[in-house]
Amino acid sequence: MEKSLQFCTFYLDKLLFGVELKSVQEVIRSLDVTQVPLAPAVVSGLINLRGQIVTAVDLRRRLELDPRPADVPAMNIVVRSDDGAVSLLVDEIGDVVEVEQDTFEVPPETLRGAVREVITGVHKLNGRLMLVLDTGKACQMTEDPVVAAR
Amino acid sequence: MSDSDIVKDFLVESYENLDRLDRDLVGLEKNPQDKDALAGVFRTIHTIKGTCGFLGFNKLEKVAHVGENLLTRLRDGQLILDPEITTALLGMVDAVRQMLKEIDATGQDGDVDYPELRETLTRLQTSAPAKAAVAAPAVAPESPTPPAAAAATVTVTVKETPAAVAAPPPDESAASSRSKAEGTARKPSRGKIGGLLVERGVVQPADIVRALEEQERGDRRRLGEILVSLGLAKSEDVLAAQHILEAKPRDTAALETIRVGVNLLDKLMTLVGELVLARNQLLQFANTSEDGGLQAISQRMNLIATELQEEVMKTRMQPIGNIWGQFPRTVRDVALGCHKEVAIEMEGKETELDKTIIEAIKDPLTHLVRNSVDHGIELPEDRVKVGKNRTGRLILRAFHEGGQVIIEISDDGAGLNRERIRNKAIERGIATAEQTARMAEREIFNMIFLPGFSTAEKVTNVSGRGVGMDVVKTNVERIGGTVDVQSTAGRGSTVRVKIPLTLAIIPALVVTCGGDRYAIPQVSLLELVRLEAEQLTTGIEMVHGAPVHRLRGHLLPLVYLSRELRLPETGRQTDIVNIVVLQADDRQFGLVVDEINDTEEIVVKPLRKQLKTVKTFAGSSIMGDGKVALILDVLGLAQRASVVSESRERLVNEKVAEAAGTADDKQTFLLFTGLGDSRMAIPLSTLSRLEEFPVRQVEMSGRQWVTQYRGQILPLVRLAVIMEERRARLRSLQAPPEPDTGPLQVLVLNHEGRSFGLVVERIIDIVEAAADVRSKATRDAVLYTVVIGERVTELLDIPAILRKAELLDAPPVFAAARAAEAGN
Repeated sequence: MEKSLQFCTFYLDKLLFGVELKSVQEVIRSLDVTQVPLAPAVVSGLINLRGQIVTAVDLRRRLELDPRPADVPAMNIVVRSDDGAVSLLVDEIGDVVEVEQDTFEVPPETLRGAVREVITGVHKLNGRLMLVLDTGKACQMTEDPVVAAR
Repeated sequence: MSDSDIVKDFLVESYENLDRLDRDLVGLEKNPQDKDALAGVFRTIHTIKGTCGFLGFNKLEKVAHVGENLLTRLRDGQLILDPEITTALLGMVDAVRQMLKEIDATGQDGDVDYPELRETLTRLQTSAPAKAAVAAPAVAPESPTPPAAAAATVTVTVKETPAAVAAPPPDESAASSRSKAEGTARKPSRGKIGGLLVERGVVQPADIVRALEEQERGDRRRLGEILVSLGLAKSEDVLAAQHILEAKPRDTAALETIRVGVNLLDKLMTLVGELVLARNQLLQFANTSEDGGLQAISQRMNLIATELQEEVMKTRMQPIGNIWGQFPRTVRDVALGCHKEVAIEMEGKETELDKTIIEAIKDPLTHLVRNSVDHGIELPEDRVKVGKNRTGRLILRAFHEGGQVIIEISDDGAGLNRERIRNKAIERGIATAEQTARMAEREIFNMIFLPGFSTAEKVTNVSGRGVGMDVVKTNVERIGGTVDVQSTAGRGSTVRVKIPLTLAIIPALVVTCGGDRYAIPQVSLLELVRLEAEQLTTGIEMVHGAPVHRLRGHLLPLVYLSRELRLPETGRQTDIVNIVVLQADDRQFGLVVDEINDTEEIVVKPLRKQLKTVKTFAGSSIMGDGKVALILDVLGLAQRASVVSESRERLVNEKVAEAAGTADDKQTFLLFTGLGDSRMAIPLSTLSRLEEFPVRQVEMSGRQWVTQYRGQILPLVRLAVIMEERRARLRSLQAPPEPDTGPLQVLVLNHEGRSFGLVVERIIDIVEAAADVRSKATRDAVLYTVVIGERVTELLDIPAILRKAELLDAPPVFAAARAAEAGN
């Protein structure tokens, strides 16, 4: 019982990801996003979550994937982080899955790039692999804001 | 309730009590006959001692115990409070506070049990009572006779408005003034005890009248004592009534207040903010509706929401007296330390401010107060020489003005020395002699707030505590305030601190740019200018590429918000230009925006960590339609747009001077090209060596280009990439390098003990030249544009390059190319 964990799953460019359910505050549909000029590129903007202003992080950009097609509205997964709530923009929300600890494996050595930093490992599901996202790392900005180069 | 809860409650209560002790003790020193105050002090210490014993904090109990013993003798009239005893008791308060802190942090009351302090307190208990008789007149308030103990004696008067403390007229003898002081101290309890005894049916009103007549005839005993001696009341009844009187204020105070966590209040604020938004939407909807009932309800809701918002705002407000309360103690300690006599007066203690602001200004204000006593007010002898009262006056004043709170700290000391400030500024390189000659008196005085400035001729115990006047200014400005000093030689100085009422809700101008709304805090707003029709062509002129507008004959630099924020071009051609004239530091500039919407009261929400680095924004807010708008940080924006202030320009000057020696002398420069044909230079003094590295020697360390150099790892920074625009920079990073790239030209530089290699395109020459023809830099990482060898050359800003280099991504393709080359 203690070994089983619940994950909220979602899709990004056909990849299946999971975040631990207990760190998820809520899942909401697309909201109005206010752009933040000069901010790191991964910051999609700010959203109003019932009076709370939440930073929206575009996970596609964070993971260096192709930009989301214009006709796919983003979904918000609001997760709790050390610095308040952060919204992760994803393509589509999947099911909540329950997994045992023994299906977990650390990411393969060949996994490279930005993905490697924010993935703690992989759960082997039936017929699919679920990448476990480290929400804390995902919300950390590796890139500094753009400094003017006039 | 768990043990830790009990300890926490004990700590909170004790901290509050100790703050009151500071005030009470200083008050007592001035008026040692005040039995009620003494009883209050005694009770506080007694409570702390008792609780400590119960909770097992033995060391704390020991210290409190000796203090209590001394207080017992004072309360019983066997001793009279004098400065020495006050100092010892204040020392005890400090020790108790220190131990409470220790308990707060570790749960234990620490290893120190203050043997010296306890010894002093014990010794004072047995000091000669004769001394007490001498001390009494010496510390009488505003006594015209010079104190017997001369310079060591400090008179601290706390004058409160509206309830000013009655001071005896100066023509009375010491003895009668003492009796008068006793009389005033008794008055409140006399009235109260009589009423209470009647209320309890112990005595008849006529009896009270009789006893009062006795007192008027010169009987100095207390009312209760007279009643007992006349046989009108039993002594136990009087004692019981006395007890009730002492206990009463505490009980009622406990009933009227309740402790609430600040985070709960913050949450309430957020929710009320949301309610206000929902109300706005409802109002909009109701206005379009024909339904009279709905309109009535929405109007009612509107009123209630507005009132609720005001009340919730008030919960966060605190009187400024809360932080002033400690100042009599501060003044006393500082004055004693530098042998001065200072009386502190306070006006407007009840002026309310937001809790967060109160906390933010506590340290700056404390520093200003200390500074006034230490540097402002003269020694008593010097004061007498120039015909002033021995005792200096320090006046704190707080009041509201135009939606802001003004706090003034005035002293009647020597005032600021204009010449000394000027000389110091020149000596410290803050300003040149020419500059100071052109400055107005006020500007000179305000230089004391610049970094690296201190006129104190000797470092005293008070100054040199790490908080300079520049820190005061920075802290006040951080919360959107300003600080200004005025002074008259020989008459004293006044520091004026202007701060907003609250940080939570501010008036702001909402503008639109690139389709998004931005809020500009009203404090920085000066005026709005609108250019139409033919003004469009004549209104904006160019000074070598920099747009300016002539505003009443003065040139106003213009900053385009869309360009500064790199917003996508909307492409719409407008026939109107909206200029928002803003004040940043001491400079004005015009901000060109697409549209000016309205002024609004906005609720400020801080930006999250991820966005803290964006200096252009001060926060965010939710607009009436529920969307988020960003609040512009005017100072940050001005810095970004290089509308820098004088002081910052001076700092840059200093940096140039540091990097290149004095500007007037000829210096040696290394000339090279960075990208294309542009000429750049660095002072030769900053250069360690010139090197050539073959491309294959370049390795990757994380995202950084490095090479092995003299047994060390040398980070390499490519100037071409640094100087490029971001978009082009990314492109060039992704492009594979030329297959037959020649060796890299590297300048090995040393900045603050850190070596790094700057990769340049071509090294031109080393020349000696005077770099006095300068103009402002046109891009980042450049300090100045200078003319060297009759050609315009950019002088690089090495720290800025290092800063920029840290955010550079090294291209992964390069590693591959290197591998291929190694394989060849």
